[in-house]
Amino acid sequence: MKNNVNRELPDDVMSALDYKPYETTNIGNPDIQRVAPSVHVQTGDDKLVDSIEDVVKATVKDGMTISFHHHFRNGDFVFNKVMRVIIDAGIKNLTLAPSSLTGVMNDMVIEAIKAGTVTNITSSGMRGSLGDFVSHGNLKNPVIFRSHGDRARAIEHGDIKIDVAFLGVPNADKLGNANGMDGKAVFGSLGYALMDAQYANKVVLLTDNLMPYPNTPASIKQTQVDYVVQVDQVGDPDKIGSGATRFTKDPKELKIASTVNDVIVNSPYFKDGFSFQTGSGGAALAVTRYLRQAMIDNKIKASFALGGITKPTTDLLNEGLIDRVMDVQDFDKGAADSMHTNPKQQEIDASWYADPDNKGAMVDQLDVVILSALEIDTKFNVNVMTGSDGVIRGAVGGHQDAATAKLTIISAPLVRGRIATVVPDVTTVVTPGDSIDVLVTEYGIAINPKRKDLQESLGHLAGVPVYTIDELQKMAAAKVGTPKPLEFTDRTVALVEYRDGSVIDAIHEVKD
Amino acid sequence: MAETEERLRRTMMFVPGNNPAMVKDAGIYGADSIMFDLEDAVSMAEKDAARALVYEALKSQDYGNAELVVRINGDDTPYYHNDIKAMVKAGIDVIRLPKTETAEMIKTLEADVLAAEKEFGREEGSTHLMAAIESAKGVLNAPAIAAASDRMIGIALSAEDYTTDMKTHRYPDGAELEFARNMVLHAARAAGIAAFDTVFTNMDDTEGFYRETRYIHQLGFDGKSLVNPRQIAMVNEVYQPTAKEIANAKNVINAIEEARIKGSGVISMNGQMVDRPVVLRAQRVMRLAKASNLVDEEGNTIEK
Repeated sequence: MKNNVNRELPDDVMSALDYKPYETTNIGNPDIQRVAPSVHVQTGDDKLVDSIEDVVKATVKDGMTISFHHHFRNGDFVFNKVMRVIIDAGIKNLTLAPSSLTGVMNDMVIEAIKAGTVTNITSSGMRGSLGDFVSHGNLKNPVIFRSHGDRARAIEHGDIKIDVAFLGVPNADKLGNANGMDGKAVFGSLGYALMDAQYANKVVLLTDNLMPYPNTPASIKQTQVDYVVQVDQVGDPDKIGSGATRFTKDPKELKIASTVNDVIVNSPYFKDGFSFQTGSGGAALAVTRYLRQAMIDNKIKASFALGGITKPTTDLLNEGLIDRVMDVQDFDKGAADSMHTNPKQQEIDASWYADPDNKGAMVDQLDVVILSALEIDTKFNVNVMTGSDGVIRGAVGGHQDAATAKLTIISAPLVRGRIATVVPDVTTVVTPGDSIDVLVTEYGIAINPKRKDLQESLGHLAGVPVYTIDELQKMAAAKVGTPKPLEFTDRTVALVEYRDGSVIDAIHEVKD
Repeated sequence: MAETEERLRRTMMFVPGNNPAMVKDAGIYGADSIMFDLEDAVSMAEKDAARALVYEALKSQDYGNAELVVRINGDDTPYYHNDIKAMVKAGIDVIRLPKTETAEMIKTLEADVLAAEKEFGREEGSTHLMAAIESAKGVLNAPAIAAASDRMIGIALSAEDYTTDMKTHRYPDGAELEFARNMVLHAARAAGIAAFDTVFTNMDDTEGFYRETRYIHQLGFDGKSLVNPRQIAMVNEVYQPTAKEIANAKNVINAIEEARIKGSGVISMNGQMVDRPVVLRAQRVMRLAKASNLVDEEGNTIEK
C-alpha cells in the first residue's frame, strides 16, 4: 500500500502490526482513552535495594518491555550497567523502549540483540554501529521510530506498555523523590523520563547521590517509584553536554543563520509575544545570536522558547528577552544550571511538550521553529533518519512535533561535500512536506507553494534570493551530479511512525 | 570599458584555488569580485590540481554577477603560461599578475593573453588584466603599470611583500603604507581604473578592520582585498551611503532627468549649475545604495 506522501509500505508488516498508513498532519479532535500503570502498594521507610542484580531479578521477566531515558546522552553509564546484568541473567525476548539510543549504548544493544535478550526496539533514533547493524537486517523485528511527542502518545495509549523503567538520576532520596539538577552528573530537565515515571508498571531509580528525605524539588515523585538503587556513578558529566557553547565561525553556517534570521524577522510572526524553538547545531546557535539583536533592535520580546534548550537561549531569558523557557531537555551545562536558578525555566514532560493526542501541547502554541535536515525533497518532505547510503544514522527527535509550528523553517546547506541535501525524493520521509514552510540554504530560500501568505511577506527580501524548491534541487544536482539509486532488499528493518501513530515510511535492509 | 567602469568593486575575496569546498561556495557571500588564487595559497605540489579545479569551476559553477578574477603564478615560474592558457580558455573576466614591477610585465602578459585568446577562440580583448603591486619598485612604477594596457581594470596594493621589501612590517596605524597607498590610488585614478587596498588578516580584530576600511574609503579606494567572507558585510557597511547622501544624489539625478526632458544642456538644481563631478558622484552613490539594498532598482528607498 501507499500512504499520502507516496511511500510504498510493506502490506505484511503493516497488517501484522495493525498499522494505518499516514494520511494527514491534521490531528483533529478525537476522543482518546489513556491507560494507567499497575501499582504495587508500599508504605515502608525506604525502597533501597542493594544491587542492580537484585532489582533485575525482582522485576524483569522474558518478553517484557523495559525503558531508559537518554538525558545523559553520551555520558550515560546507567544503560550499560543495567543491560549487562539483564544479558548476564539470560533474560530473552525483551522490547527495548528508551526515549532514544545514544552512541555509548550501541555496543551493548548489539550484544543484547545477538544474545536474544532484545528482539524488539522502539526509539527516537539510533546512530553509528547500531544503525548500521539494524540496517543490515540483524534485528528480526522492525524497529519502530517515534518522535518524542509520539512516544508520549504511544505510552499514554498503551501502544508502548512499559513493564520496567530504569531511570538514572543525579540525585534521589530513599523513597524516590528526584530531579535532574543536583549532583555530579546533572542534565537539567527530566522531560522524557517523566513519561516513564508516570506510566511504567515498575519504576527503578538509579542514583550516585542519595539525598536526605524528602528531596525537593521533586520532578520524579515517590508516588511513582518502586525501587531506588545506589550505584557508584550514573554518568560522565563531561560527556552529557556539549560543554561551553561556542558560536560557529564557519562563514557558510553564518550565512545560513543570518538568512534564517531574515526570514523570521520579516515573517508575520515576529511580533511582541512570539514564541520559538531552535535546535542545538552550530547554525541554530548562530540564529539565536542574530535573533537576539533583531529583538533588541525592534523592541520585541518572546513569550516563550520551547524544546531542547541551550545556554544562548537561557541567556536571552536572563536578559529579559524571553519571558519563559519551556524545557524538555538541556543540551549543555549552562542551560541545565539555569534551570536550577531561574524559576521562569519550566521543566515540561514529553506529553506537555509535544503529544498530539492531548488537551493541548506546547508545540500547538509554537510560532517559529528552526529544524535541520539530512535531505529535503521537492515536495518539502524531510529526512532526518537515513544517510545518503540508506543506513540509519539519525533520530526523529522532536522534528515532526515542532514542525507543526506556524512557521517551520528548515535550515540546511544545498549540498554537503559531494552529497545533495535538496533531492527529488528523500530516502526516508520523517516529516511530511505539508508541515514545512520555508527551506533556507546558503544559496537562497524556497517557500512552500502552499504558503501564499509567506510568498507575499518573504518573496522580495533584499539579499535573500527566492527559488522554487525544484530550482534548488536542480542547482544541487548541477553541482554534484546525480547519484546511482540506492539498493535495498524487500526486508523491512524499521518503520517510521508519524506523530499520530500512523506509518509515514518504511526503512529497508541495505544491499551492499 | 564602459561596463567595467560602472562596476562596483568594494570587495575582492581571495579563494584558495586548491580548496574545492571554498571554490564551490565562493559565490554565496555577495563579494563584488571573487579572486581564485593559484599563487601563494597553493603549494608547488598542487599547482596543476588547483589550475584544473578552478578551470572546472569556472566552466560549471554559477557565480552570479560577481566579477571573476584569478591570481596566476608569476612569469618567473614554470606555471605562468599554463595558468594563462587555462584561465583564458575558461573565460575568466580578469587575470591578476602578482609582484608586478614594470609596465613591460603587463605588456608581456597582454601579449600572452592575446595569444591564448586566439588559440582558444575567445573574443580578443575580452580578458581583462590587473596588477598587484608588492615592492618599492612596483610602487614607483605604478603610474606606468596602471596605464600599460587598455585591458587593465585595476591595481592592487599587496602590503605583506611590500612592507618586507621596505624593511618594515605592518603597524596598526598603517603609516608605513601611506606613500604606497597614495601612489597606487593616484596611478589608478590617473589611468581611470580601480584601486584595491591590501588584505587585513587578523579576523579577531574587528575594530582594526573597520578602522582601516574607513581610512581607505576616505582616501578613495574602490575597495579592499579580503581573506574571509565574514569581512564582506563589514566593508559594504563602510561603503554604504548615508540617507542624506542618497537624498542628495536623487535630487541630482532628478535634475538631470528634468534637464533632459526640457532639452536643456545645463543641469541646474536649487538655482545652481550642477557640474559633471557632482553628477558622477551622485551616480556612484545610487549604485552603492542599490548594492547596499537601501534603494530598489528604480531608486525608491526600501523601508526597513
